[in-house]
Amino acid sequence: MGQFLAVVIDGLIYSSWLFIIAVGLTLIYGVMKILNIAHGSLYALGAFTSVTFTSAWFAHGYPVMGSYAMLALAAVVVGLVAGPVIERGLLRFLYGKDEVVLVLVTYALFLILEDLIKLVWGVDPLFVQGPKGETPYALLGNFTIGGLTYPTYNLLLVGVAVITAIVLTWVLARTRAGKLLVAVIHDRETAAAMGVDVGKTYFVTFTLGAMLAAVGGALTAPTVSVVTGMGAEVIVIAFAVVVIGGLGSLPGAALGALIVGLVRAASIHYRPELELFAVYFVMAVVLIVRPKGLFSAAEVRKI
Amino acid sequence: MKLDRTTVTIAVVTVVLLVAGPFLPAWMTSLLRISLCYGIVVLGLMVLMRTGRVSFGHGLYFCLGAYAAAAHDKLANTLAEFGDASSLAVVRGALRLPKLLVDAVSGAFGPYDIAVMLVFAVVVTGLTAWILGFLLRKYRDIFFAMLSLAFSMILYGLLVKSSALGSTDGFNIAAKSLAGIKLEDESLRNAIYATIVLVAMVAAWLVNLYLRTHRGRLAEAIRDNELRVEYMGASVRNTIHINYVMSAVLAGIGGALMAIHIGHIDPEMSYWTTSGEVVFIAILAGTGSVLAPFLGALIFETIRSFAYEYSPNTWQMALGITMLLVILFLPGGLWSLFGKMRKAA
Repeated sequence: MGQFLAVVIDGLIYSSWLFIIAVGLTLIYGVMKILNIAHGSLYALGAFTSVTFTSAWFAHGYPVMGSYAMLALAAVVVGLVAGPVIERGLLRFLYGKDEVVLVLVTYALFLILEDLIKLVWGVDPLFVQGPKGETPYALLGNFTIGGLTYPTYNLLLVGVAVITAIVLTWVLARTRAGKLLVAVIHDRETAAAMGVDVGKTYFVTFTLGAMLAAVGGALTAPTVSVVTGMGAEVIVIAFAVVVIGGLGSLPGAALGALIVGLVRAASIHYRPELELFAVYFVMAVVLIVRPKGLFSAAEVRKI
Repeated sequence: MKLDRTTVTIAVVTVVLLVAGPFLPAWMTSLLRISLCYGIVVLGLMVLMRTGRVSFGHGLYFCLGAYAAAAHDKLANTLAEFGDASSLAVVRGALRLPKLLVDAVSGAFGPYDIAVMLVFAVVVTGLTAWILGFLLRKYRDIFFAMLSLAFSMILYGLLVKSSALGSTDGFNIAAKSLAGIKLEDESLRNAIYATIVLVAMVAAWLVNLYLRTHRGRLAEAIRDNELRVEYMGASVRNTIHINYVMSAVLAGIGGALMAIHIGHIDPEMSYWTTSGEVVFIAILAGTGSVLAPFLGALIFETIRSFAYEYSPNTWQMALGITMLLVILFLPGGLWSLFGKMRKAA
């Protein structure tokens, strides 16, 4: 029973983390039809930037509590800088190209950003840590549930994921901007014909998506050593999440994150040698049974 | 019979590579060997891409070919042990076959014979692709790419955790003979070089022949419009299946040759970045000719090794920028430059 509980809690924590990253990916795909490999690099950028920001914060001797604000600031800055630069500077020249070519474009971008990170931050592992070794990760203390102790920081992760899901669902369903976004997701041409500014939608979506990737990175940074190449691992598992859920679907990303998170937690606890295998096996099975993922809209047949 | 240009070019390139080989400096032959191995994999991907399908998991066959070649004895033993546990005589017999085969061939040629390793890689990748093909042939676009990605990551996930095959470190292998002829040091290096050149060029020649057949030409029609191909009475699925198996076998051969050349294999060969690189080279080169993949691979490897030598932290950036420039300004790939030159002349 204890182990089962551990699987569920580990799984939920891991799912929250996955969701924060995958939701940006699925949003960008839904609106722009770009499967963005560079999403992994944006995640890494978020992590590295938050190391820089928190170090500066600690260097001034400000209270450790404020480092959370620095994490958030790092994510916002990365989103607001990298998003527009990539969308305006590169992607807008390529809209309308084949989906696979666009994947390749983002792959090229991924390679460029990986090296950019190495040039700026070097190749040594970095840590989000104060002068006396205090970290935002340990600062919140621990909580105990069913005899198992977890760092409270993990609750923050779950909270951010839930809030992101609620806010995004609300925006898409209830606000004017959100409804326009949904219109573009369903049919770009008709939306454009009805007077929706598709270019602006793309710009906003990509910036938002980039910011979500950076949030994922910034929240991860205090829990791990920040190393180059961290984006490559993340992107492929985020692909699994969005493909399982159905590309471009918000509830799909949530369900996909839950499935991948729980499967991984279960295999780590019961059959650790199958950890990676299990995740991609589930991805393959879902694709075989439901080729377009679990939450895919019926598509209008095009000849 | 009138020889077409491509066949003549292939023959000339083969002769030049074979004759020049012994006189070239070691770094250059090494570069050539790696480029040719990669070129075979990209050639395979090109065969698949003609049907409009792009695999983001071709590392699966690249890796499988390498492991099949390097661990054929281990694989055969494992299969036989697996079969012995079964109570069905048919299963026991079937799973014992590979071991009998490996033992017989090793008895004739000696262990780790290059020819045996290649044949084993072809059989394993061909069979795997034939089975997976039944699933994959129904998919297209991004879903095809993602399902093949999932398969390659499954292999990666299995290999990193299998301690018998060296987990993440992989293991070293050393070829010992070619078709029964014992080889050492100098003669081994030359034999490997000659094998790679010959296999690559024969593969290019055969693919070129295939693309001119009725079935070969169907692929492009499928890319343009599947429905019309079906109305004409041709089978879209069968054509895709055939091209898929062919492309997998080519990737397997490339992987096996790479393993033999480098002498070391690891699960990274099945990681998504490897598959990405292969697609990258294919787009870089363009699908204009069966020789384009080899040129693309050579350019890719040259950029990689020189950029890595002089600026280890920016070689990926150099590749990324090259890629973006090609996509933006040369949508047909580098090979389309030849066409433009011909038109201009």
